[in-house]
Amino acid sequence: MDLAIVGAGPAGMAAALEAHGRGLSVAVIDEQPRPGGQIYRRPETRDVTLERALGPEYAHGMALTERFLAAGLDYRPATALWDLSAERKLSLSSGERASELDAAQVILATGAMERPVPVPGWTLPGVMSVGAAQIMLKTAGAVPRSPAVLAGSGPLLYLLASQLVEAGASVRAIVETAPASNRLAAAAHLPAALRQHKLLAKGLAMLRGLKRAGVARIEGARGLRIEGTERCQALVFQAGGFSQRFDTELVLLHEGVIPNAHVSMALGCAHDWDEAQLCWRPRLGPWGETTVEGVAVAGDGGGINGAEAAEHLGTLAALGAAHRLGKLDAGARDKAAARLRAALARLDGARRFIDLLYRPAMGQRVPADDAAIVCRCEEVTAGEIRRAARLGALGLTQAKAYTRCGMGPCQGRMCAPTVAAIIAAARGVDESAVAPYRPRAPYKPVTLGALASLRDPAFAVESAAEHLYRRDVKDEV
Amino acid sequence: MYRRLPSNLPSPAVTLSVDGVAVSVRAGESVAAALLLAGHSHGRTTPVTGAPRGPYCMMGVCFDCLVAIDRIGNRQACMIEAREAMRVERQTGTRQIADTGQIDSGQIDSGQIADTGQINGTRSP
Repeated sequence: MDLAIVGAGPAGMAAALEAHGRGLSVAVIDEQPRPGGQIYRRPETRDVTLERALGPEYAHGMALTERFLAAGLDYRPATALWDLSAERKLSLSSGERASELDAAQVILATGAMERPVPVPGWTLPGVMSVGAAQIMLKTAGAVPRSPAVLAGSGPLLYLLASQLVEAGASVRAIVETAPASNRLAAAAHLPAALRQHKLLAKGLAMLRGLKRAGVARIEGARGLRIEGTERCQALVFQAGGFSQRFDTELVLLHEGVIPNAHVSMALGCAHDWDEAQLCWRPRLGPWGETTVEGVAVAGDGGGINGAEAAEHLGTLAALGAAHRLGKLDAGARDKAAARLRAALARLDGARRFIDLLYRPAMGQRVPADDAAIVCRCEEVTAGEIRRAARLGALGLTQAKAYTRCGMGPCQGRMCAPTVAAIIAAARGVDESAVAPYRPRAPYKPVTLGALASLRDPAFAVESAAEHLYRRDVKDEV
Repeated sequence: MYRRLPSNLPSPAVTLSVDGVAVSVRAGESVAAALLLAGHSHGRTTPVTGAPRGPYCMMGVCFDCLVAIDRIGNRQACMIEAREAMRVERQTGTRQIADTGQIDSGQIDSGQIADTGQINGTRSP
């Protein structure tokens, strides 16, 4: 196989179409049963009424998924990548079957995930992310039964609220946590953002629509807390100098998105701390190349730029891979890339503005309350992490040894940003000085039965051991 | 917690069972969506304190939607499509290994893997 692409969102689909068009043999691996990534998720049978409520960008995404499906690619839906070696052997599983795939080039297009929002009570049933509610809408045509409260910061809050209103559901309130100082910081980037005036106009139209629909907006909220014993009953917070409360069975939280860098971290690619987006991102070359040979990253997995940029970045990564494979000369590659790079430069101005305007408040990233759960899997609290930091835990790996944070099934996906921020605050250092977790295979649970299907069943355990220990052995060399 | 919007589309239904009770959903919906739409706010209790948990992210990141599906525990309900006659059981604490006498009943979960990494001296990158 010339090229394996992991993820069938905008970046992965664009990369696949470009590479296929350039004559490469391409396989696309995706965990979801249908293409589109999170942004263009859809039900099994497309629903025109629903698509209208989801807006024009979504319609563009549907057209892209149709092109992707019609291209006759080796597309493997409902397939998880659970290991990737530096030799570019992909270990996959689908249901109870495992398989392996060797690729000359790999593009990781694993997209973004929502930043965890560790407010007290966020583990209660009835507290979900804004993105989760949007997935309910896109894939099941489902809306909150009674008006939900949306809380946090970022464009997705307004987008989901607008989509819910458009679909005929009501929204109780949007509780905004972005500090007022963000506006001043963002203002400097307004001229550049104005080059993307359509995007800004769309945002303003959304806000007007929400006002018309009677959706309350509360600015400058702090000290958010979910109340309830067995499930969510209310959102409580401070705003405008006094305590406020919304009784609700559903609170939807959001503080922006961060790269889903699980695989690039596990592979040992170099990552840099991005202080503007408050996240780690893989260090990438002009064609999305990571520091591991033959492995590139495209789209939001390499830093948050949005779906439109992700398509361009996917195409660029495919051009780069085609060139490295000797299927495209440098001149043709650069010529094809010029238009894409110009489009990316235009999008960049608006991105900086959005990053600063919706930069999460420290209080939403680091819970002041010692009792707040930080690691959802092992139920480790902010207080326990602070204590570990006082005892000398310098980074996440030590915090893990002290407290078990990051040792549950999510492998630290949901606690890493918070644990790092708490340790950095406790040590009085920059977050860039706190080393992240090193994730290990299997990235997703895989049954011994699936492992056995790879080789002789008698060797299933040895096969498992091979995957688990290989990296450690190499670390020691 | 959620309701379906009225849809004019023909919606092929599949019937699965949740803790032995039949639940009818539209084909293509995830098991997690099916649980939420059937009024189950939680699909498991935690191994540490027994607290109830329901789906949080719906995209395979948080692992809070874990349930047993067809006797295999710790399955991500948000990543698996509902299928006809699927047997979904809400999970209490850690996963149970079904006594089928076959090798495919065991599951390696990432918690164990994290332990392995620790024992072997995980180092910061």
